[in-house]
Amino acid sequence: MTLLKDKIVSSSLYVPVQATIRDIRALTPLEKVFSLTLPDGMLLNHEPGQFVELSVFGVGEAPISITSSPSRSNGFFELCVRNAGDMTGVLHQMKPGDVVGVRGPFGRPFPMNRFLGKDLIFAIGGLGLAPARSVINQVLDERGKYGKVIILYGARTPGDLLFTDELEEWDRRSDVELHLTVDRPAEGWDGNVGVITTLFSHVQVYARNTVAITLGPPVMYRFVLMELLGKGVPEGNIWFSFERRMKCGVGKCGHCQIHHLYTCKDGPTFSFAEIKHLEGAL
Amino acid sequence: MGFRVMPKSAFPGWVEQMLQTYRVVGPRKIRDRYMFDEVNSPGDLDLTYSTTVLPPKKVLLPQHEELLSFDLESGKMEAAIDTQPTVLLGVHTCDLHAIRLLDAVFEDGYADQHYIARRQNVLLVSLECLSPCTEKSFCKSMGTLSVTEGYDLHLTDLGDSYAIDIGSERGQALLELTENAQPATDADYSRLNQTLSDKWPRFPYRLESDITELANLLAVSYDSDLWEELGEKCLGCGSCTIVCPTCYCFNVIDEVDFSLNAGSRIRQWDGCTLSQFAVVAGGHNFRSTNQERQRHRFFRKGKYQMEAYGLVGCVGCGRCAEACLVDINPVDTFNELSRRRIPMTRRHKEVLP
Ligand SMILES: Cc1cc2nc3c(=O)[nH]c(=O)nc-3n(C[C@H](O)[C@H](O)[C@H](O)COP(=O)(O)OP(=O)(O)OC[C@H]3O[C@@H](n4cnc5c(N)ncnc54)[C@H](O)[C@@H]3O)c2cc1C
Ligand code: SF4
Ligand code: SF4
Repeated sequence: MTLLKDKIVSSSLYVPVQATIRDIRALTPLEKVFSLTLPDGMLLNHEPGQFVELSVFGVGEAPISITSSPSRSNGFFELCVRNAGDMTGVLHQMKPGDVVGVRGPFGRPFPMNRFLGKDLIFAIGGLGLAPARSVINQVLDERGKYGKVIILYGARTPGDLLFTDELEEWDRRSDVELHLTVDRPAEGWDGNVGVITTLFSHVQVYARNTVAITLGPPVMYRFVLMELLGKGVPEGNIWFSFERRMKCGVGKCGHCQIHHLYTCKDGPTFSFAEIKHLEGAL
Repeated sequence: MGFRVMPKSAFPGWVEQMLQTYRVVGPRKIRDRYMFDEVNSPGDLDLTYSTTVLPPKKVLLPQHEELLSFDLESGKMEAAIDTQPTVLLGVHTCDLHAIRLLDAVFEDGYADQHYIARRQNVLLVSLECLSPCTEKSFCKSMGTLSVTEGYDLHLTDLGDSYAIDIGSERGQALLELTENAQPATDADYSRLNQTLSDKWPRFPYRLESDITELANLLAVSYDSDLWEELGEKCLGCGSCTIVCPTCYCFNVIDEVDFSLNAGSRIRQWDGCTLSQFAVVAGGHNFRSTNQERQRHRFFRKGKYQMEAYGLVGCVGCGRCAEACLVDINPVDTFNELSRRRIPMTRRHKEVLP
């Protein structure tokens, strides 16, 4: 049983393994889910919160969160990718059967052990659902190990909501509390309108026993943080995942550095306690 | 281990021997400047050089380097690993200290096989500095004016001969290419000791604080006004990081050949003082001003690297000071921070009623 990780240790850390696209699902005009298989039964063996370096040969490489959860890796894994530039633009043109490059998994995962027995509150904005989904499905597959599961998710418009089939599934479960909001409503939307922080009034948490996992665009973090701290969630229990420019994924190229920390290897997951003294981190 | 002594007259012959088996890279004079370059004959070398524009890091981490090649039609992909046996000759001690930092960085965690393969095939022959190379260097302050390890061979100019310290078995084998390196006599020992004790007073201390205080100085200087002042002056040209022996940040890009079916993934030098260094998709720039970028640069030089690897992040070579058109440099920056440092006691008094 070979691990993808061992591969890069044996030849060159920069040589990706060639993964095959087995399926592509368009979620919105900008976001698609790519389901990938590694060659020769190789395993990705990731943990929630980690990412891969994904490449389209001849175009480039970028860090992408692994959106599928380890508990659901039946010989494949999923990436949810927004068409945001060169590499992702070409990727969006690709078809099942095409080949992409993958290196990883990289990054410090969420410390799931420390979440056991806690009430979990997810505060998610936009594409933040991609990394969050990996944690959520892992938790749901081991549901008994955690307390309450509360998911707050906001998108710009109803059409921008990702993974709507799974949102419906989570909504139907009695052991999950799901609250959605959009910045701008559209025809047929009877849910909440407003930024994600407007959802906090709907939820009751036992703050001392709560872990918050907040994933989304940088602008969201500060506001969500104020809500969480206001409710009394401990600083060490508030978790983020940061986005930075990255060229190597292993703490060498320098692009992702936040003060002395490398987002790629010290993160991308950080607790507020770890970064609160670092100006510009949030 | 004792050292050997080789008359200077035998030096060209030794280099000739090296050239039979190795690529030899050393300081060469090009017009009125020096650069590390491949030498074809011993006469190309000039070991009396002051400093070079670019540091010898370019041998280990080339400015533009192929990491891998790919062929889309056949699906073939290959790592480009350069194992050419090389002698890097005449490396000043500041640059040797810098290479030790690069070694630590590229060996840490996931080892960078491209760097390491080169490094394993490069023999380092360093050279003791006997007088300051420029007015801008401050190696003595940074503790890099000499070396005790990290070289394969280390040369000290004794006038008509070289004293040669052997730092490794590979170095020993390289020295065995010549029959003219003799064990040192008592007279050689006293000549070497004299040379070394004479050299120290020639170098000024330019840093006004002790190097061990730098990390703490920076820790209390994050909000200093100086960053804004440097930010206003800085042109954002990135020259300071290009010429720096301890800078190694890089970018990776793909280059495709005319068939559009094959190409290479290329690593090239990048620098945190360039404006686009921390831009992400959507256009957000995590260090959007020169002020933030200069602060980050000097925190790396004086604090982060020391804390992460236990090695100095600036070796005091003075190259960036030579290169900067607006006269921003580490030693003046650190000294100015030190002058403006608010003593702990006074800060406490100000905060407390
Ligand atoms: C840990 C992590 C996880 C991530 N997870 C996901 C995910 O799950 N899904 C997802 O879609 N994205 C994710 N991203 C973001 C993704 O990596 C970026 O969107 C990436 O830039 C896309 O690559 P690209 O080649 O398509 O874009 P690029 O062509 O690199 O362009 C994107 C933007 O970057 C900037 N840029 C790029 N190069 C330069 C340059 N040389 N000079 C100046 N500006 C430049 C520009 O603003 C440009 O618009 C993640 C990022 C990180 C760090
Ligand atoms: S920061 Fe300047 S003086 Fe220090 S090592 Fe780099 S180039 Fe030399
Ligand atoms: S060389 Fe000088 S002007 Fe150019 S980026 Fe560095 S500090 Fe700024």
